[in-house]
Amino acid sequence: MRFLLQRVAFYLFTAWAAITLNFFIPRMVPGDPVQSLISRNQGRISADAIASLRVLFGLDSDRSLWEQYVAYWGQLLRGDLGLSFTFFPAPVSEVIGSSLPWTVGLVGVTTIVSFLLGTALGVGAGWRRGSWIDGLLPATTFLSSIPYFWLGLVAIALFAGPGSFFPSSGGYEPGLVPAFDAYFIPSALQHSILPAATILVSSMSGWILSMRNMMVTVASEDYITVAHAKGLSERRVALSYAARNALLPNVSGFALSLGFIVGGTLLVEIVFSYPGLGFQLFQAVGSKDYPLMQGIFLIITISVLVANLLADVAYLLLDPRTRKS
Amino acid sequence: MSDQVLQIRGLCVDYGVGADAVRAVRDVDLTLHRGEALGLAGESGSGKSTLAYGLTRLLPPPGVVSGGQVIYHPADGPPVDVLTLSPAKLREFRWAETSIVFQGAMNSLNPVHKVSTQLLDVIRAHEPKSTAASRLARAKELLRLVGISADRLDSYPHQLSGGMRQRVMIAMALALEPQVVIMDEPTTALDVVMQRQILGQLAELRERLGFAVLFITHDLSLLVEFSDRIAIMYGGRIVEEAPAARLYAEPLHPYTEGLLHSFPALHGPRRELTGIPGSPLDLRAMPSGCAFHPRCPKAFDGCDEQVPVLGAPYVDDPARAVACRLHPAVAPLSR
Repeated sequence: MRFLLQRVAFYLFTAWAAITLNFFIPRMVPGDPVQSLISRNQGRISADAIASLRVLFGLDSDRSLWEQYVAYWGQLLRGDLGLSFTFFPAPVSEVIGSSLPWTVGLVGVTTIVSFLLGTALGVGAGWRRGSWIDGLLPATTFLSSIPYFWLGLVAIALFAGPGSFFPSSGGYEPGLVPAFDAYFIPSALQHSILPAATILVSSMSGWILSMRNMMVTVASEDYITVAHAKGLSERRVALSYAARNALLPNVSGFALSLGFIVGGTLLVEIVFSYPGLGFQLFQAVGSKDYPLMQGIFLIITISVLVANLLADVAYLLLDPRTRKS
Repeated sequence: MSDQVLQIRGLCVDYGVGADAVRAVRDVDLTLHRGEALGLAGESGSGKSTLAYGLTRLLPPPGVVSGGQVIYHPADGPPVDVLTLSPAKLREFRWAETSIVFQGAMNSLNPVHKVSTQLLDVIRAHEPKSTAASRLARAKELLRLVGISADRLDSYPHQLSGGMRQRVMIAMALALEPQVVIMDEPTTALDVVMQRQILGQLAELRERLGFAVLFITHDLSLLVEFSDRIAIMYGGRIVEEAPAARLYAEPLHPYTEGLLHSFPALHGPRRELTGIPGSPLDLRAMPSGCAFHPRCPKAFDGCDEQVPVLGAPYVDDPARAVACRLHPAVAPLSR
């Protein structure tokens, strides 16, 4: 328990540091959001509007950096991440809120499915070395070394196109209104098949490989021989003795990959123009939308930290050796 | 005592197959009697652990049993050849009839499960009809048997000391009251004080429960004290077999003599420790004839040609057997 509290304290400190950095970075980049907004509108903004924009972005120069910092925290705690430029005058939190479900839905589900499937296949491959699953290994090694986005491009080239069942871009049929109904849901699923398959194929291979190798390592441990000598069923030895121990490193890897769900597999979302957070970030960078970038970075940072905390908790639950009494 | 419980006949174990195979155990005949403590000694690489793994069919690849029989005589029912049991029958046989205490005291327990889980699962696997309460009572009783308090059931292996872990392993080995317990260097990883405690406890348990022990070690001094009979292995073969006291008093094989002279006696006059010249065998390049002849101080003409066979050197002492041309067989082996 004390260990856990220490970890929580550590992550709180890290979160504070990340948020503070997030505050300073935009203030250190040359130019300011108002400048870029002015140039976006090709200077057709009145002086009054400029002044009010400065106040709006918290850039009014008569406030000290400290006051701005305090105000920034106040805004954050109220969930106010500022206004987006690209979707002006929509608040950043609203923009993020609308794209977050897409990313979590696509990348979250595929991450979990690929972990479960990959781990199960890895257990099988490692336990029965030389079985048919081992034959898959060269292919999975190859696939895991291919970048997601390239696989995505290949998938689009091969499967999408005029008249194909698989749409090449977007999250749903244009013209449909996002809602939980019989028109929208099938369309969203149809649009997610190709990107999901892309992520699944390339990320699952990594799980298979690492789980298989851990299984092979664990299988030569003394306690596995003892388990065999005890006359336990093959299944019990494989799962409760071998896989249970081999799983440990994979679980922490999984928890860490949960953190990157929110960041999205940026490039896959770009390739498929999928309306998720990664695609949003890409657009934000393209249009110098500082508040949106800041907001997305913040969400990514926090989710990585939360995932790390989850990894710690999972390890604590799974490996008694980490529990200090 | 003369009732046999385990008969090993012509057991051969190879590592690898085909032309590159290395034969680690050659044509071994060994008999374990009911309730007896049989010591098996030899230097590293003599094949003693391989023999133990081979007869329980636990050899990790590339090890293969390439010949022989391991005949087990259950307390009730006809004898069975362990090497030809079906996988399901083999699982039933393991632990219930022959359990093993392994070399690595530290790594024999699964680090992620409690002691109780690991003690209970073996009982449940072999006695699926037993109730949870009776299994738990048995587990507690087993721990008490080896001198560990019952509340240690809830401990994880890393919370136990090395000696406690090995005692848990011994308790586990006795869980199903097997006829035979194979101990492969059970105390090698422990300090001498712990070693003594555990061996004392084992002797006591053996007296109470009456199981037979095949005790494998490179520490001959330990065997002289602990076992009834001792078999000496060299180069994958049994080279001498005798009651412990007789072997200690009068070693026949030059190799046994060498082993006995490589540790000091606690009692009796001081004598010089000699050790055995040369280095352990390379199993890939076995010498012709007697495997020990290149290192043997008593080798004579023909030792490099003839492989000596195990035989009884004394007409009136059928319990002794030796494979050395210095002591030719005069009587057939009684088995």
